[in-house]
Amino acid sequence: MYAFTYHGAETLEQAQELLASGDDPKILAGGHTLLPTMKQRLANPSDLIDIAGINALSGITLTGAALSIGAMETHAQVADSPVAQRAIPGLAALAGQIGDPHVRNRGTIGGSLANNDPAADYPAACLALGALIHTTQRQIKAQDFFTDLFETSLEEHEIITRIEFPTPEISAYAKSPNPASRYALVGVYVARTQNGVQVAVTGAGPVVFLATGFSQALERSFSRGALNGVTVSPEGLNADLHASAAYRAHLIGIMARQAVTTALSQKQGAPS
Amino acid sequence: MPSQNMAINGKAVHFDGDDRTLLVDFLRDALELTGTHVGCDTSQCGACVVLMDGVAVKSCTILARQAEGREITTIEGLSGKELHPLQAAFQQCHALQCGFCTPGMILAAHDMIRRGAARDEAQIRHELEGNLCRCTGYQNIVKAIKAAAINQTE
Repeated sequence: MYAFTYHGAETLEQAQELLASGDDPKILAGGHTLLPTMKQRLANPSDLIDIAGINALSGITLTGAALSIGAMETHAQVADSPVAQRAIPGLAALAGQIGDPHVRNRGTIGGSLANNDPAADYPAACLALGALIHTTQRQIKAQDFFTDLFETSLEEHEIITRIEFPTPEISAYAKSPNPASRYALVGVYVARTQNGVQVAVTGAGPVVFLATGFSQALERSFSRGALNGVTVSPEGLNADLHASAAYRAHLIGIMARQAVTTALSQKQGAPS
Repeated sequence: MPSQNMAINGKAVHFDGDDRTLLVDFLRDALELTGTHVGCDTSQCGACVVLMDGVAVKSCTILARQAEGREITTIEGLSGKELHPLQAAFQQCHALQCGFCTPGMILAAHDMIRRGAARDEAQIRHELEGNLCRCTGYQNIVKAIKAAAINQTE
């Protein structure tokens, strides 16, 4: 790693002051992407501002029809949260599928969203559920947040504080993980709300996207069969040594069907 | 550079090294607690797993500074006068060949049992996703964790 100065911030104000005064500062959340990147000398921040000590960034609460998750909640905390499990079982289950147990004990939802890895899991849930991303400056709709490969609409010194998920009627996530990295080769989040159905796809393209053909078919009938004959074009999808674009396009259909099956089973089992 | 305190295996420890120092390097190089291993150094293999406030974490992907105010337990801190039940189970079940992955395996298993996530063989295998044994000795590792989990709940 290149040299940097470590700061432990105790309040959001303190973190923002440090951000404004540093040469090329970076926020350190769980550090499970940033530190490996720095170890490879692919990033060279002047300062790291650790926000783990900021109490305002934690907490999982259900208020009315929205589940609010603090930006520093780890994947393990979301997966194990009875509040999250009850409100949006599909989201809690997604968190339990990220990385491995030790990674889930450190990685955070805010860090994952700010990094916007094209194969990360959370972006699919945010987009399908219509999440609202709260920051130190404003609220950003998920559809406006994920702009491109590893890029978001966050400004230079903006910090994600919490993520608000409107609770759906039913929803579920299914992913085909890369067996080595556990990142999604393809992950599909299906959500049915009072306003319709949304199907979001991660891992397949340069950035998370909505599969509108799938959504429309599922709005007509929320069943596996409704997806028969509906496909996603491989054009513009990722192709690498793990999977071709055509294979990823095929996997989207398979994962969407799996997610529909899981969502339907949750409806029967989940308390209202 | 500001110094800081943390508890390692129940002892108060002062860290005042370079901000870049990884927790695993602090443990191994400064404190000579070489039971924590560096396998891949890319947060995949789990040889560096330690407990931070009782929770299993990969110490190759945590800065020593991030451990401020925390309690760290390494493999050296697990046993008292006698072997920890997990260590005994690993010995009894021949759950190690070269032994390189063993400290991480045992601490991962410790966390697994604490969470009640070692109910059956399938779950134990799933929970071991973040720990690699390149001798491929998983069979007996799973057996040992299962035995320790049963002992603990009895």
